[in-house]
Amino acid sequence: MMNTVSTIAIDVQAEPPWVLPSRGTVGMICLIVAEAAIFIIFFVSYVFYIGKSLTGPYPAQVLELPIFSTVCLLSSSFTVHFAVVALRRNSLRNCAIGLASTVLLGFLFLLSTAREWYHLIHDDGLTIRTNLFGSTFYSLVGLHATHVLIGLVMLCMALGISLAGRMKEAHSERLEVLSLYWHFVDGIWVAVFLVVYVIGR
Amino acid sequence: MADSTPVMEGLDQSLAVKRPRLEAIYEWITTVDHKKIGLMYIAYALIFLVVGGFEALLMRIQLAVPNNHFVSPQVFNRLFTMHGTTMVFFMGMPMLFGFANYLVPLMIGARDMAFPRLNAFSFWISAFGGLLLYFSYFGGSGLYGAGSAPDVGWFAYAPLTANVFSPGHSTDYWTLAVFLSGIGSIGTALNIVTTIICMRCKGMKMSRLPLLIWLYLVMSSMVFIAVGPLTAAQIMLTLDRYVGSHFFDTQAGGSAVLWMHYFWIFGHPEVYILVLPAFAFVNEIVPVFSRKAIFGYPAMVAASIAIGFISLSVWAHHMFTVGLGPAGNTFFVFATMVISVPTGIKIFNWLATIWGGDVHFAVPMMFCIGFLFQFLIAGLTGIMLSVAPFDWQLSASYFVVAHFHYVLVGAIVFALFGAFYYWYPKVTGRMMSEILGKWHFWLFLIGFHLTFDFMHVPGLLGMPRRIYTYEAGRGWEMWNLIVSVGAIFQVAGIACFVFNLVRSYFRGEIADHDPWDAWTLEWATSSPPPSYNFAIDPTVHSRRPLWDLKHPEDPDSDYE
Repeated sequence: MMNTVSTIAIDVQAEPPWVLPSRGTVGMICLIVAEAAIFIIFFVSYVFYIGKSLTGPYPAQVLELPIFSTVCLLSSSFTVHFAVVALRRNSLRNCAIGLASTVLLGFLFLLSTAREWYHLIHDDGLTIRTNLFGSTFYSLVGLHATHVLIGLVMLCMALGISLAGRMKEAHSERLEVLSLYWHFVDGIWVAVFLVVYVIGR
Repeated sequence: MADSTPVMEGLDQSLAVKRPRLEAIYEWITTVDHKKIGLMYIAYALIFLVVGGFEALLMRIQLAVPNNHFVSPQVFNRLFTMHGTTMVFFMGMPMLFGFANYLVPLMIGARDMAFPRLNAFSFWISAFGGLLLYFSYFGGSGLYGAGSAPDVGWFAYAPLTANVFSPGHSTDYWTLAVFLSGIGSIGTALNIVTTIICMRCKGMKMSRLPLLIWLYLVMSSMVFIAVGPLTAAQIMLTLDRYVGSHFFDTQAGGSAVLWMHYFWIFGHPEVYILVLPAFAFVNEIVPVFSRKAIFGYPAMVAASIAIGFISLSVWAHHMFTVGLGPAGNTFFVFATMVISVPTGIKIFNWLATIWGGDVHFAVPMMFCIGFLFQFLIAGLTGIMLSVAPFDWQLSASYFVVAHFHYVLVGAIVFALFGAFYYWYPKVTGRMMSEILGKWHFWLFLIGFHLTFDFMHVPGLLGMPRRIYTYEAGRGWEMWNLIVSVGAIFQVAGIACFVFNLVRSYFRGEIADHDPWDAWTLEWATSSPPPSYNFAIDPTVHSRRPLWDLKHPEDPDSDYE
């Protein structure tokens, strides 16, 4: 049963090189599409329930434009890109600097979200149970913050590897895959900003 | 036939060593090999097929005669919920993913999937989901002493799923099980897409992919877009039930219709996610047993992609009775009707492939012929139901139940059985018995038609779906009895099939590496394939690489 006849001929002709896309990039794009579908449903819920809360507090009363955290998160996209480019050029020190600043900016973003939530819960009395606004707001922003957190954990791992001196130029493709995820998280924030803080207010 | 590669034999002998049983089990549990994971998926799905079938059988006994009290109404509600959930999420999806896992790398000349460990993770998380669903029979009542096992129907409409109406934990088990199955599906779909795009062997351009691969590419891409909404909706439902948010809480202004939209944005593409692999099997089997290349390869690919796109815009035909308004109704009627165009293209191409061919009526081909007839009829009742006024009369009646079982059983399960008979020799190195296979086919065919042809009639006579029992004198008795008798034939057919599967594994005729004289790459390696699939990476020059090898004087690559 195990003895085998293969009918595949060994090809010795010279042909143009057979190049296929990188697995990591394609896999990450697939993940981003699937995640985007999940986010779209949360966005749809948010937009559908705008102005349908039966009781307050309402968005216009309690939400403030999160300028600082937006600036932090959007600029972190540039720093992570800087890290990838640096690694591709084998400049390990710049890569570590880029990663460290990305982690710092991401952390600042989470901190300001935490402050915003603390303020909303303690001063304005808005929880996920309060009304439809609370339900949709905390779930959408919370889902995004969860993604930031996951991204931060992975970036911290990359930073640790980098600081331990184990990051090599050969890893630039992997870091690029991670940066794709981070760009996606940033892109989602732009949509959250528009839907929740501009349209929703 | 062609030149052998001595390398492969040398490597193979090292694998033929007998191992202790515990070690073998350990190896299966920790494996990341796509063939083993594929087989585990299929085995797991077969178990749930039997479980889900058993539930259906109990329901048919209950409905066979009027005023029956074979099971209690509570148990009946759990039965149809568990039957639907099991068959869609824990039979259909894992079965089709199992075939994908096994076949995709072999057919594109790769040695494994793109992400083997993700593959194992996806399998185990789905398997855990299935166990969780059935654990609800023990854990569902929780502290409240409420009913065990979910009883909210497989689409779990709000607000029935709210804490007030579904106390206890059974609905939570349903939510978590479906959620986990969704995570597993997205993981496997991601793996399949990446494998197809990034792991093709030399010369396997997109235009040379076997049609099965194309269909799995479309199907997996649809999984991303369709399963995402379901996952999101399950998160919201869990938040509603545990944290007290108000997404589907009508008391606080939430919308029950929103859940319907979310569920069917998943639910309708899901039907196509399930049927596309069935098309895929037929695409491989019909040409081989008609001894002709598939007719209209580019049209088949285009039709598959068209189905993928259109199927994302038809979901609300499940909701005509909600009252979407004239604009919404018109759009969804139109979109639903349009999808029959690419599907029709496929049917005609299969017929054209068979036409003038040297047709061999082996068991896989018989199942495919059954598929063709039944899928056509299923499509015709589908067009009837796509007309909103017709749907207003028959929505949530047994006519609808008959229609979608015609698709799910008449088309998908028939194609699946064909696939089992076709690829069994590749997987085990032995043929399945033809005689038992023919018994299986005819018993199942008769049973299928007795059950699902006659099920349309009580639907037209006004019998609603999910009804627990009915009074005599409504004209439903005879039809329901015939439907239930058909179920017995189906059980007999399935028994033949399971017996055939087990018996052939030990006593089946030894199969050559290419028993059907087929043309795709999986038949080039030994049966069963070694763990690395191909000793030497293959190179292909056309859509039928084995044809080229067997007929060097007239290769396909001259024509493509």
